[in-house]
Amino acid sequence: MTYEEVIFYFVAALTVASALGVVVSKNVIHSALFLILALMAVAGLFILLAAEFLAIVQVMVYGGAVTILILFAMMLTRVRDLPAAKDGAQRPFAALAALAFMTTSIIAVTSTQFPGESDKINVISFESVSDSLFTVWALPFEIASLVLIVALMGAIILARGEEGE
Amino acid sequence: MIPINNFLVLSSILFSIGMYGVLARRNAVLILMSVELMLQAVSINFITFAAYLDPENFTGIIFAVFVIVIAAAEVGLALAIVLRLFRNRQTANVDEADLMKW
Repeated sequence: MTYEEVIFYFVAALTVASALGVVVSKNVIHSALFLILALMAVAGLFILLAAEFLAIVQVMVYGGAVTILILFAMMLTRVRDLPAAKDGAQRPFAALAALAFMTTSIIAVTSTQFPGESDKINVISFESVSDSLFTVWALPFEIASLVLIVALMGAIILARGEEGE
Repeated sequence: MIPINNFLVLSSILFSIGMYGVLARRNAVLILMSVELMLQAVSINFITFAAYLDPENFTGIIFAVFVIVIAAAEVGLALAIVLRLFRNRQTANVDEADLMKW
């Protein structure tokens, strides 16, 4: 086993374990902390895939903004009043559906023959990504910024409520 | 040399875990967290295909950027809705948000 593979299996095991922690842990704050761990592990996978720009974005956007937002929402909605026992009834069906999906997609992935060389990670430089983002993908990029500002303004208006409330 | 299948299988597993969370948990914030896991699995898939099979156009990397942007917008808006729900109904349980149920 090469050292790349060792790192891959370590990060993959960390990702899967912390993702399981998110969905099964009883305490919701523990779930949120597991989510941070899972997102950081995914950032490690991005680095293994030679996409270091996305790994940095992942750490900043998810590790910083999104998880803080989720923790805030948890504290504001006092979700510790909702015991995990309430979601008991659907568990077996959910597990069945998820397992069925997992088996199907793993079989589909392993039986597919991908075109080209499919065992070499190509290093895609940061420069070429930003070049392409501001030339070929300039219009979607601007629309994405519009979507962000509209969504966040909507979020502020929704969360603030009407006057005199 | 890590084969491409390793990454794809890992992202399938991650997506299924997120799917289990969405279906099994009843707390709106936990469902959102599981949706984030599913989006992460999708990003891994996109970047894997870009890095292994499409090094000239790397469309997958660009798509992963957009996935992150949309996920940030989605989480902000959805948490605002959860806050409203909690203020109006004193609950974050999605089963109790049944005002529009016929």
